[in-house]
Amino acid sequence: MNLTLKIWRQKNANDKGKMVDYQVSDISPDMSFLEMLDVLNEQLINKGEEPVAFDHDCREGICGMCSLYINGEAHGPDRGVTTCQLHMRMFKDGDTIFIEPFRAKAFPVIKDLVVDRSAFDRIQHAGGFISVNTSGNTIDANAIPVNKHDADDAFSAATCIGCGACVASCKNSSAMLFVGAKVSQFALLPQGQVEATDRVMNMVKQMDEEGFGNCTNTGACEVECPKGISLENIARMNSEYLKASLKG
Amino acid sequence: MSGILNSSIGRKVAMALSAFFLMIFILQHFAINILSVFSPDTFNEVSHFMGTFWLIQFVLQPVLIFGVVFHFIMGFVLEIKNKKARQISYAKNNGSANSTWMSRNMIWSGGFILVFLIIHFIDFWFPEINTKYIVGDMSGTLPNGEFRYYEELVHKFEPIWRVALYCLGFVFLALHLLHGFNSAFQSVGANNKYTKGLKGFGKAYAILIPLGFIFIALFHHFNH
Repeated sequence: MNLTLKIWRQKNANDKGKMVDYQVSDISPDMSFLEMLDVLNEQLINKGEEPVAFDHDCREGICGMCSLYINGEAHGPDRGVTTCQLHMRMFKDGDTIFIEPFRAKAFPVIKDLVVDRSAFDRIQHAGGFISVNTSGNTIDANAIPVNKHDADDAFSAATCIGCGACVASCKNSSAMLFVGAKVSQFALLPQGQVEATDRVMNMVKQMDEEGFGNCTNTGACEVECPKGISLENIARMNSEYLKASLKG
Repeated sequence: MSGILNSSIGRKVAMALSAFFLMIFILQHFAINILSVFSPDTFNEVSHFMGTFWLIQFVLQPVLIFGVVFHFIMGFVLEIKNKKARQISYAKNNGSANSTWMSRNMIWSGGFILVFLIIHFIDFWFPEINTKYIVGDMSGTLPNGEFRYYEELVHKFEPIWRVALYCLGFVFLALHLLHGFNSAFQSVGANNKYTKGLKGFGKAYAILIPLGFIFIALFHHFNH
């Protein structure tokens, strides 16, 4: 496959940045999208040019590091995959592919396609945990009965890898699918009840302080999420927040 | 409760509550208007009651005005805030791949509904307030002693341009409701295995009520 790539290049956080055109040839349809970028970078290094900076780590859809807004969609045109799982067979020979960083005020660009997603870490620090005594007397989690439906829903919420595709896809740059998942995974379980009120209040407060937008329920986040996190998690977070607010 | 309206979820809930109130109002407005098709006398009597009963005029009407103004202002405020959350736009964005046109353009459908509402107020509400509270005529009757409400309604729908304008307004109302109805329930946390039926009901409401208003406008235009 021969492709034209239009890639966002930005030297550092203060640089204005611009789209730059590149040509790549002999790309195998069986390559992953990141492998295609590896080919481009080898080409650039051989020519003595600066390679394109992009995030990646596990390359098997688990870590949530890879990002990229490809042809107008987070993680590209395939569904239920991260960019590292996106195959070049999703494109046609001769295609022009736009590759941009995830855009949000709360996700500032560090370089080229790499964005700072530490806002998600700060939201997690604000309440995305349970406090457990780990002195050796911890009760086995399996000893606490949990309704099967709740366990399944909690597990589904916990599959969120925090990649930020929800924020990138949302027209309002809202982080509510991420926060909804992180609130839900504990709200559904007995272990999460003790800190439930503080958790949702603190996480939503931190989310607002980071500068994410307001959710308007377009559902784009759910469609683009590589882990299929459901909008029901946002609804659950909303009701958890209302309950916590009424408690004071 | 302190500070709830300063939070993103608090604002969502406030928008949803005002939307619920307006959707109930639209339903009762439709229920009264459709009477004009089946029974002009009943329409006159109900209109006179609605226009003169103190609880409706001095309690519910101000609440309604507040609800409308709040919903519009909050909608515009949220749009401005959301625009600020992404300062650099994408060079290529394929919004239609993951969301409906209605959900992405609530500000536009809402804006057109606002223009329609202003025209609607000039047509009906301002003259009504003028007759009752400035001229001081609370009788609700014409010089011949008959109720004026049905005659005024029919008279307004004589010009085809006004009928077309109203039909267009109702199309935008349908587009707004097609996303807004279920969105409001999602905002207050009602999206789970117990609320699956709401989606179908919301679509039916969003299409049938505006269609009903269009029918009323066309009926009076072509029957008089």
